[in-house]
Amino acid sequence: MPAFHQNKVSDTAPSEPPSETPSVAISSSAGENHTYALSSVVKQKFRTGHRGYADATFRWLAITCGLAILAIVGLILFELITQSHLSLQKFGFKFLAKSIWDPNADDFGALPFIYGTLVSSFLGLLIAVPLSVGTALFLTEICPRRIRAVLSLCVELLAAIPSVIYGLWGIFVLVPFLRQHLEPFLQNYFQWTGLFNGPKIGFGMLAAGIIIAIMILPIISSISREVIVAVPRQQREAALAMGATKWEMLRMAVLRNARPGIFGAIILGLGRAFGETMAVTMVIGNRPEIARSLFAPGDTLASSIANQFNEATTPLYQHALVEMGLVLFVLTLLVNALAGLLVWSITRGQPARGLA
Amino acid sequence: MPNTTHNIHWRRRAKNYLALGIITSAALIVTIPLFLILGTVVQHGLSGLNLAFFTQTPKPVGEPGGGMSNAIVGSLMILGLASLIGVPLGIGAGIYLAEYGRNRYGNLVRFTADVLNGVPSIVIGITAYALVVAVQGHFSGFAGSIALGIMMIPIVSRTTEEVLLLVPQSIREAALGLGISRWRTILSVILPSARAGVVTGVMLAFARIAGETAPLLFTALGNQFWTVKMNQPMPALPLQIFAYAISAFEDWHRQAWTGALVLISMIMLATVAFRFATSRGIKETS
Repeated sequence: MPAFHQNKVSDTAPSEPPSETPSVAISSSAGENHTYALSSVVKQKFRTGHRGYADATFRWLAITCGLAILAIVGLILFELITQSHLSLQKFGFKFLAKSIWDPNADDFGALPFIYGTLVSSFLGLLIAVPLSVGTALFLTEICPRRIRAVLSLCVELLAAIPSVIYGLWGIFVLVPFLRQHLEPFLQNYFQWTGLFNGPKIGFGMLAAGIIIAIMILPIISSISREVIVAVPRQQREAALAMGATKWEMLRMAVLRNARPGIFGAIILGLGRAFGETMAVTMVIGNRPEIARSLFAPGDTLASSIANQFNEATTPLYQHALVEMGLVLFVLTLLVNALAGLLVWSITRGQPARGLA
Repeated sequence: MPNTTHNIHWRRRAKNYLALGIITSAALIVTIPLFLILGTVVQHGLSGLNLAFFTQTPKPVGEPGGGMSNAIVGSLMILGLASLIGVPLGIGAGIYLAEYGRNRYGNLVRFTADVLNGVPSIVIGITAYALVVAVQGHFSGFAGSIALGIMMIPIVSRTTEEVLLLVPQSIREAALGLGISRWRTILSVILPSARAGVVTGVMLAFARIAGETAPLLFTALGNQFWTVKMNQPMPALPLQIFAYAISAFEDWHRQAWTGALVLISMIMLATVAFRFATSRGIKETS
């Protein structure tokens, strides 16, 4: 049998002698025996010469499409490495730890960008996680049926707004609002934290964090929803039967069971946050500096690539930027693999719809 | 639960209401940005919406008026070619995953598709730059299509796989039982019965890439002129919005908002169509 024998209605390989097929069918995996045998008998009788070839060709076409995905990801990795080898060779691992970014002196270090990516993403998570998990709980457990469709459509539409429009809105609505209202407020009351010092310009880490939060809300809430729905009904009923209030039921039966999956959803959101480019580039201020204050402008891996790639005059400059892309790729790869594992542990292989 | 709220300690009851209130308000807060953003886009965008926007090319700096006809056409062409690349490969990979890939190799492809789905679009832009622009020596709409096409593949393939698996096993067996060969079964029986779902996957992918800007920055690059040559730098709506948004001119800002309105309407229409088609698709296939 070919390697693809787990298929329920497996195709008989064209080379197989017809007389053997029924016995193969009986010995194959339990459950589908009779149908398998039937179809192979029919196949035997009606098989014409070219049909085997047509089937094989089609199968290989499909396999080629599948392989294309592997090839593309391989190609991405390959191009990222070959297009950044100058920088990889010159700076080595110091690239990740150096905070100098000086195109004129051909001296590059990615630390401020890595810092900016991490800080803006975690800030986004900090805002988005309570809201999106709350939304997921509301939609699955509390919401009346009639409102549910409208509300989930709203969340989905939020995911459909392009990044560049978030950026446009950020520049002309969010940033002025931050400058005039939120930042003075934060500075007045929370300056002692040291996070809200400095001039109130609106553009900066805080704006980026808020924009990222809005953009990752839909993915976290839709995957959390899936995970929450997957929690068995009996768990809920058991908790209620023990006299739990609704919230106690949610906390003890639903959230506790769905925890790894929700954690996966959050990590997946983090992966998205790392890669956000356009909106962030438009509001973060684009200055590669590490500052404690969230009011200060910063820069992220993705946004600096978007900003500087076309201006990269020397080969080393360009290679340094591509290396930042490589760092970003590896970061998102790790994060997504972890998230996939966590979500899978709850939904057990049912494809996560929210991924798309 | 009317019968459970009787003899509960007031503290537990208060906690219950407090928590439920917080959860509900979280859901309400989430809808605020949507209405804020849509509201602003409509409010600012409508003022610049006129026929010239769809028929004229951008005017030079300082000259008022003009439109984004070149960017709209450029976007449609880039998206069209991207779909030509992404849709067949995506559907093919989906067929592989659903029909031939219920094994270790299939799992590898499935995992890789999820990885590809998570790759930041700017990284895919770099790849397309290295593959096409760096080799050819000039920017082109073609390179942009490749980047966007790649982004479509994982979305289309995973949705296709999902809906193909929803097609009942008995239909497959019936077709094979009639002596129809496997490839004809897949193409003429299974794929058509999952058609609605496959189409929605394509729409979803299309909506996702239609607003993408990052992969086009250093592939299609954008320009201010009318062009239909895919082998040259091409304008695109998101690129134009970006360029106008970060410019210093009042008139360009206004046009950016109008561009955003046009872009968002295109995408929202596609998304609503997607919702409509999915709800029908599920009824048809299950």
